[in-house]
Amino acid sequence: MPHDSIVLLGVNHKTTPLEVREKIALSGGYDEPLASLASVDGLNEYYLLSTCNRVEVLFATGDPEQTKGRVLDLLFGDTVTAEDANHYVYCYENEEAVQHLLMVASSLDSMIVGEAQILGQLKEAYRYAAQKRTCGLILNRLLRKSFSVAKRVRTETRIGSNAVSISYAAVELSRKIFGQLQGKSVMLVGAGEMAELAAEHLVGQGVADVVVANRTLERAVKLARRFNGRAVSLEELVGQLANVDIIISSTGASGLILSKDEVKSVMRERRNQPLFFIDIAVPRDLDPRINDLDNVYLYDIDDLQSVVEMNKAERDVEAVKAERIVAEETLKFKCWLDNMEVTPTIIALRKEAEHICRGELDKTFSRLKNISPGDRRAIEKMADSIVSKILYHPMQFLKGGNTRIDRCEKINTVRNLFRLDDDNGPIREP
Amino acid sequence: MSYLLFQITFAAYFLATAAYIVFFVSQKGRIRVIARTIFLAAAILHTLNILARYFEAGHTPITSYHETVSFFAWSIAWSYLLFRWRYTVKNFGTFVSVMTLLLMFMAALAPREILPLVPALQSWWLPVHASIALIADGFLALACIGGIMYLLQEREIKRKRFGLFYSRLPSLEALDKLNHHCLSIGFPLMTLGIIAGSIWAKQAWGSYWQWDPKETWSLITWLLYAALVHQRFTVGWRGRRAAIMSIVAFLAVLFTLWGVTFLLQGVHTYAA
Repeated sequence: MPHDSIVLLGVNHKTTPLEVREKIALSGGYDEPLASLASVDGLNEYYLLSTCNRVEVLFATGDPEQTKGRVLDLLFGDTVTAEDANHYVYCYENEEAVQHLLMVASSLDSMIVGEAQILGQLKEAYRYAAQKRTCGLILNRLLRKSFSVAKRVRTETRIGSNAVSISYAAVELSRKIFGQLQGKSVMLVGAGEMAELAAEHLVGQGVADVVVANRTLERAVKLARRFNGRAVSLEELVGQLANVDIIISSTGASGLILSKDEVKSVMRERRNQPLFFIDIAVPRDLDPRINDLDNVYLYDIDDLQSVVEMNKAERDVEAVKAERIVAEETLKFKCWLDNMEVTPTIIALRKEAEHICRGELDKTFSRLKNISPGDRRAIEKMADSIVSKILYHPMQFLKGGNTRIDRCEKINTVRNLFRLDDDNGPIREP
Repeated sequence: MSYLLFQITFAAYFLATAAYIVFFVSQKGRIRVIARTIFLAAAILHTLNILARYFEAGHTPITSYHETVSFFAWSIAWSYLLFRWRYTVKNFGTFVSVMTLLLMFMAALAPREILPLVPALQSWWLPVHASIALIADGFLALACIGGIMYLLQEREIKRKRFGLFYSRLPSLEALDKLNHHCLSIGFPLMTLGIIAGSIWAKQAWGSYWQWDPKETWSLITWLLYAALVHQRFTVGWRGRRAAIMSIVAFLAVLFTLWGVTFLLQGVHTYAA
């Protein structure tokens, strides 16, 4: 008796352009689509994941072909034509579906490989499915497995440890210079979008104070309010250097706005506390020679870019390791699934044997009136161990590693040998 | 007995250093646990070795060259372990174990027979003066190692080319703090050691200070550290400058310990 097939249908950022993904995305949350899936015939277990980069539905069914069509109709039927659906939707079954899910959970299928967000989204999606009790034996096990695999990938490889965007690279460098970022303060010079993003990351890492200096004070005030910081004018720049630790510069100025000597002049007042300058403006805002000062570090956009490139190269190496882990875990899960196939036979066999054992014991005990409880237990124990020893080899044969014999054939052999499917039942009387 | 213990200790330090280096390159947590355990075991064995030698010699074993260097290595190992108990600095152990092993190697090369104590040294000031001075040197050695780590890390960050050290060494801030902590323990101890020595000199030779080469060099070393500590606490010298100064001052320590004994003569040269 084969187990249900596991099917995974979905679209992601690789296969589907944004315009189509937008239409398909489940913007209304999980409750409604999960409820409507309940009405589909043949769906035994199911779960849904929707993020900005992917929509995926995973289900277990006895009849994959029929059910696939029904699920596609229900989820995407209203928004995309059948032709589009065929074109964009990928479909994996069994082993491939398992592997895909594990890849997604370990962030190997993400747009930014190694980002940690996806696991949280997966867990949230699973929480909804678990609340509605739409997952059964197989999917519960599979999804929990995917969480643990993601964790394993994270601890055994360094896939998530390197910054692969400019703003993250800036954060990473700050941490190498300052250690803890708690209590440090950052100054944004100019109010570019990338500077804003970097500031956001820094605040997320514990930076306490944000100062914004801009040519038009109005814009500075607006941006400062976003970070609960304060605004200063561009003329105060040098004076402010005494109070801040990280400076992100991105003005549209055509020349340098800060020279080496100006920075040098504040170092005494700072008692040589380190300063980290990040110049992401083109043309550059800051004098490159600032980097020559003691305890002062200057990175421009090209420097950051090369850090990012280096990290990407390393991450690709780590991704190979991660894929090996996923392949390994997929194989383990497949073994578990295959063993599910033999589980009913194992249970039947054990039940039958116990039934016989019990019957014979009862018969014997009814004849032996004068035995002590201790002796009785000894006899029961002996009967049990005879049963398990006789069953040991048939069990191993069922579960076992002998791959030359087909699993179905093994099951049939055992069922015939012990007459597990006989209507009259196997031997009752010797 | 102490001879055998020394051999075992040396072997244990060797294993610990090897494990630390493997960990440094591979960054596998399991190897770090092994390295730490072996290092701790080696430090304990080392303590036993010094105790055994104390009983065999009948006096504190810090008089011969072999004994001094071995005791120096012991004080680095234990000041590191003490330091670790309060602060953790990523991959510090690797550098410390290399330094300890180097000193043990030099101690192993030196003749190891137990010399009878010269009458001038027969005083309870001997353990007080010599051990305080050597323990101070242990902490100053840590400051020097921290300085080396700082320079390696700073170089990679300044040059924007990240190699072996960038990901493995801690942040510059952590390394600078390490320098700060080690100096604020090592410098007072060193001062204390010199004061103890000077009181002893008064009792033994009749004057507090005789300008023999060892004393002069101790003073030079002390002045170097005093300058560093002063600049750190008043003007806020830190980072690269403090790191270089710690290394230079530590070289002066090493010269006071060896150079003076071999190159210059004086009342301190009992052992050679």
